[in-house]
Amino acid sequence: MGGPVRRWVLPALVLAALVGLWQVLASSGALADVFNVEPFLVPSPAEIASALWDNRSLLAENAWVTLKEIVLGFAIGLAAGLGFAVLLRLSTTLRYAFYPLLIASQAVPIVVFAPILVIWLGFGIGPKLAIVALICFFPVAVATLDGLRAVDPEATKMMRTLDAGRGQLLWRVEMPSALPSLFSGARIAAVFAPIGAVFGEWAGADSGLGHMILLDNGQLETAREFAAASLLVAMALALFALIALAERRVVTWR
Amino acid sequence: MSAETGQFAAEPASPAAGAALAIEGLTHRYGELTAIEGLDLAAPAGGVLGLVGPSGCGKSTLLELVAGLREPSEGAIEVGGASGAEGRLAHCAFMPQRDMLLPWLSAVDNAALALRNRGARRGAARAEAGRLFERFGLAGFERARPAELSGGMRQRVAFLRTLVAGKPLLALDEPFASLDAITRAEMQAWLAAALATDPRTVVLVSHDVEEALYLADRVAVLSARPARVVAELSAPAPRAPDRDAAVTDPAFVAARERAMAALHRGSR
Repeated sequence: MGGPVRRWVLPALVLAALVGLWQVLASSGALADVFNVEPFLVPSPAEIASALWDNRSLLAENAWVTLKEIVLGFAIGLAAGLGFAVLLRLSTTLRYAFYPLLIASQAVPIVVFAPILVIWLGFGIGPKLAIVALICFFPVAVATLDGLRAVDPEATKMMRTLDAGRGQLLWRVEMPSALPSLFSGARIAAVFAPIGAVFGEWAGADSGLGHMILLDNGQLETAREFAAASLLVAMALALFALIALAERRVVTWR
Repeated sequence: MSAETGQFAAEPASPAAGAALAIEGLTHRYGELTAIEGLDLAAPAGGVLGLVGPSGCGKSTLLELVAGLREPSEGAIEVGGASGAEGRLAHCAFMPQRDMLLPWLSAVDNAALALRNRGARRGAARAEAGRLFERFGLAGFERARPAELSGGMRQRVAFLRTLVAGKPLLALDEPFASLDAITRAEMQAWLAAALATDPRTVVLVSHDVEEALYLADRVAVLSARPARVVAELSAPAPRAPDRDAAVTDPAFVAARERAMAALHRGSR
């Protein structure tokens, strides 16, 4: 099997098979029997697709809100993670002082923290950005710091005898060699960013896909819930793909 | 010492003339471990000092001490009159064992690193390093990425990067260890020619006695750790234009055998 076949056709086949199986199990009522619920509570892919179409303007409006939260929050988390990694690389004192805090930033239960952020920052985009940024910050900071520290000591010695100052060592050697790690961290962050946005909206919002899902759940609108969730997945995949594309453009030496 | 190696310079010499190296009573320890003990070595400005010894004997540590990347536990190291680590660092350029070319930079940008570090603009730095590409048989490969170059070419670019730094002393750590035998012989002849047109003081660490005896004016044979000087030999025909003839000459063969015998004595 050739590269493109394996890369695109194979996953498409797997996805189609799973969706097909789901369609059969849901439309025959088998899944509803397993869960012991009314059949309308277990929508088939076809029903989800029609919910997606029927509610397109409502979904688009809310998707736009959530997309802004994801992309802006991701950008803030990326910048903060990168900046933090560089600071911790430049100063051993800072690294000892702040590394535990970095770990703690990820151990913070977002579910608990989100409502507090809403109290502090209000119902607007603020708390959502803070939560998405917090979720994205950790993988970027840890991966970038590891990348910066993985530079071969021989390269460092060579650069020092070639009159490089600390900043030049960072800019010419450490940053470029940490780029693949930075991109790995960013890819992980991209996948987690929508989860952060949803938690942020659940804690308090008047729009957004997460907000919609919460309302639809109360009203047993399961097909529309799945439609909203599929948009969240699509956003994560698109962000992931954009980062992979950027990496291929930037990291040309691998 | 051969006649063309020049005089000891009183002042820090210009790169072209090289800078004298003097090592006296050098001892270096890592905690409890003594890596180097009571070492005395010297090279005149423009001279090439070869260091051979069993692996793990502290040759690389010695090179880092000379280049000002470390301060010794005891003793003195002077390069061109500078004795502090910062001063030595200003006089030395270090070529590590592996080429350490930065894979994201073109060959010429790698060679120009020292100029860029000193604040030269990209275009000016490329032009200056590019002139050496012409002179040292790398013309046409300026824009190539390191991954596109052969092992020998990568070592040439790595050496040019060291040369472009314009330092009077070059510290070369087994520069050709990663190459196959034929390429290594070619690179030795190439380096000999390069040093003839662009003389510097060189400290060359090698595990290859033949390489050290061909490239250096004097070769110090070091013992197993802690490193001491077991023997010092004068090379019969340093950097002779015809390498193959030079290394098969009876005087060379005899010197190589003396060095090997000293190496065996020192490894025990």
